[in-house]
Amino acid sequence: MSVTELPTRLSTRHLLGIRDISAADIELIFSTAEGFTNMLQGRIRKVPTLRDTTVANVFFESSTRTRISFELAEKRLSADTVNFSASGSSVSKGETLLDTVRNILAMKVDMVVMRHPAPGACQFLSQHIDANIINAGDGTHEHPTQALLDAYSMRRRLGDLRGRRVVVVGDILHSRVALSNFLCLNKLGAEVAVCGPLTLIPRYVESLGVKVFAHLDDALAWCDVANVLRIQHERQDINFFPSLREYHRLYGITRARLAKAEKPILVMHPGPINRGVELSSDVADDPDQAIILEQVENGVAIRMAVLYLLGASTER
Amino acid sequence: MSTHRHLLGPPRFGLTVERIARHLLECYGDFADTRLVGIQPRGSVFAARLHERLVRHAPELQLGKLDITFFRDDFRTGVKPLRPDPMVMPFSTEGKRVILVDDVLYTGRTISAALSALQSLGRPREVELVVMVERRFQRELPIAPDYLGLSIDALDEAYVRVRWREVDGRDEVVLYPNKAASKA
Repeated sequence: MSVTELPTRLSTRHLLGIRDISAADIELIFSTAEGFTNMLQGRIRKVPTLRDTTVANVFFESSTRTRISFELAEKRLSADTVNFSASGSSVSKGETLLDTVRNILAMKVDMVVMRHPAPGACQFLSQHIDANIINAGDGTHEHPTQALLDAYSMRRRLGDLRGRRVVVVGDILHSRVALSNFLCLNKLGAEVAVCGPLTLIPRYVESLGVKVFAHLDDALAWCDVANVLRIQHERQDINFFPSLREYHRLYGITRARLAKAEKPILVMHPGPINRGVELSSDVADDPDQAIILEQVENGVAIRMAVLYLLGASTER
Repeated sequence: MSTHRHLLGPPRFGLTVERIARHLLECYGDFADTRLVGIQPRGSVFAARLHERLVRHAPELQLGKLDITFFRDDFRTGVKPLRPDPMVMPFSTEGKRVILVDDVLYTGRTISAALSALQSLGRPREVELVVMVERRFQRELPIAPDYLGLSIDALDEAYVRVRWREVDGRDEVVLYPNKAASKA
């Protein structure tokens, strides 16, 4: 899509998931993020755009990266921010989600960035309150800004993603990044596959237009990009595979494995990395191959773009 | 007014640019501690045109392109697309004399945003404004040009377009009855 065909506004007031936004919205976010990426590399790191806007970062689940990234994005747009985390708050006293957020909004907050363990929590909230809502991860459902920054990072390295092949490796079942990634990459015209122990792959994943590889070597032979997910020990109350050592042997990305594919493969990881489990250190630390820190850097620009575009669509 | 009106075309267009360049030369001499800054997207084309003439006399004169998208105070009105252009400011403006260049001065909002953008790059000693076309009246802020190509009076809904050879294929200033007509 050329620049002149881009819309000037997002088609939505909230960013609840990639499912709800169009390919044109994604292109608009990318084109705006491009501006912020350039800005962040230059002299000006902060612009006054959202100085009249207050953003609440409401995190019902722990997060370091996403939260810092959102907070930096907000501050670089000059928005006022308030942070709320569930631990040590009135949530532990039995307050409902709606009451908690209504109380925060009563203090005149314009946007809510929320992470919640329940899938659909942001959707629910958007039906009841007036602020712009940005989903920062709802359970194992969606994590739209992560998918956007992943696709944006791929695009900055590879150009147009149409026809590119991306394999998502690892724990698909417990991942919110995976679904958003499938939807986003599909909208941008890329082919998507998953690879991992079959116990960690959702049963009907093919209905999303996703190929399934049981063997990592086959997947690597097929793909241009490997997006490696973290094994989420904290979400696994039963054992989905016999041991971490076995997991690494079968699904761990190592230099030797990548060399076998005999072509350049971009390695991505949404963090935090379990070194020596899903990714070996030599791959993770190779800046030509793994773009993990680039993803983090692009994350701020993407989140600035989302905040900016949603903020611009709202009259104050 | 039903159709558009040509206000300026070659050779007068080129002469106007030349006149402004000479006027700047007269006022700034060797352009010591001076930076020429065009406002993106269209002011920077004008700035590049001026720069091309001025470097013959002041080879040290640096050129910048200032993107003001994120500094606008009217970004919620939906008039302008929210699409940033590259910002190319390879210098600090601290203590410098800055010549700010744009194509059309109308409400003054763009210049106001450009001034706050400039300030985040340092504290300029002095800022002067060059515009190709000034639309008198309907100014919303106390802003006036220091160097001027052409001054016009036009109805509120009218639209002034400055075209540049480098990007539009020809040099001209055209007055349209409204913005839509400029695209037809």
